[in-house]
Amino acid sequence: MSAPATPHPVTGFDEPWQAELFALTVALSEAGHFGWPDWTRAFGATLARHRAARELDGGADYHAAWLETLEVLLDRAGLARRDEAARMRERWAAAYLATPHGQPVRLGG
Amino acid sequence: MAPGKVVTPGAGLDKAPGAPHPALMPHDHSHDHPHSLLPSDPALRVKALESILTAKGLVDPAALGAIIETYQHKVGPQVGARVVARAWADAGFAAALLADADAALAAMGVSGRQGEHVVAVANTPQVHNMVVCTLCSCYPWPLLGIPPGWYKSDAYRARAVREPRAVLADFGVTLPEDQTVRVWDSTAEVRYLVVPMRPEGSAGLDEAALAALVTRDSMIGTGLPRRPGSAP
Repeated sequence: MSAPATPHPVTGFDEPWQAELFALTVALSEAGHFGWPDWTRAFGATLARHRAARELDGGADYHAAWLETLEVLLDRAGLARRDEAARMRERWAAAYLATPHGQPVRLGG
Repeated sequence: MAPGKVVTPGAGLDKAPGAPHPALMPHDHSHDHPHSLLPSDPALRVKALESILTAKGLVDPAALGAIIETYQHKVGPQVGARVVARAWADAGFAAALLADADAALAAMGVSGRQGEHVVAVANTPQVHNMVVCTLCSCYPWPLLGIPPGWYKSDAYRARAVREPRAVLADFGVTLPEDQTVRVWDSTAEVRYLVVPMRPEGSAGLDEAALAALVTRDSMIGTGLPRRPGSAP
């Protein structure tokens, strides 16, 4: 693909996990696990709840609300239960701590 | 939908593996991180979801990679700028775009992902259009890419409807008193694209040169296109 003719800044993601989270949500929706209107309603509700506590700046807090929404949706749908996700998170943390710096991190058994 | 229980980000999860760790690799050389750096709590939670869903065959890692690649490198305001430039250059296309944007965009090879509809709204000397999503952050991704942080902020989402002229002033845009500001609230189903007015002094420019004048903000309605010869 040739470089765009115009110097338009592309808004990316601040951190890789935000891009992964976005892709995961889009992929799940495209695979039919939830409709996009369902997603926006759930996400809008999370944002509204967070907004009641403090003003959101559209940065890290926005992505935190997105992640929270996806976790709740997946838990309710039984696709990734909350306890299952918590255990998997711990396994990843352990894998990082057990992997020498610079080597690829893989889940242990 | 009424959410039952709130999952507090990181609640109860980020306490166990804390900051300093006993040397897991005592033989390792002496820098500060003998083991791999522990990613942030949200990064670990995303990895957890991704591995669970991948293991269950619910998402395809290659598809995830393709989506990231698309939004980081291929889709962005340059796509919308191309559309606006064509509308400026070709009155027939402009009419088609305003009448049925989905069809006009499909003819240019631009299409959405979630079955959403794009509606193009044209600025005129009488009406200036501006787009917001008061619910969350609905945005014409295929045309503009990922929304900027301010589009997702409470300040913009709340004020764009209530006091659009004040918001425009914050963006450095002052409109004539007699130009009405119309604010469009995007939804999951309908995303708006503002077609700004073609700037003075742009006669004779080809589509590529015109596209260079079309800024992202001018397609959201919080900015105006560049004038030929002005600094980018």
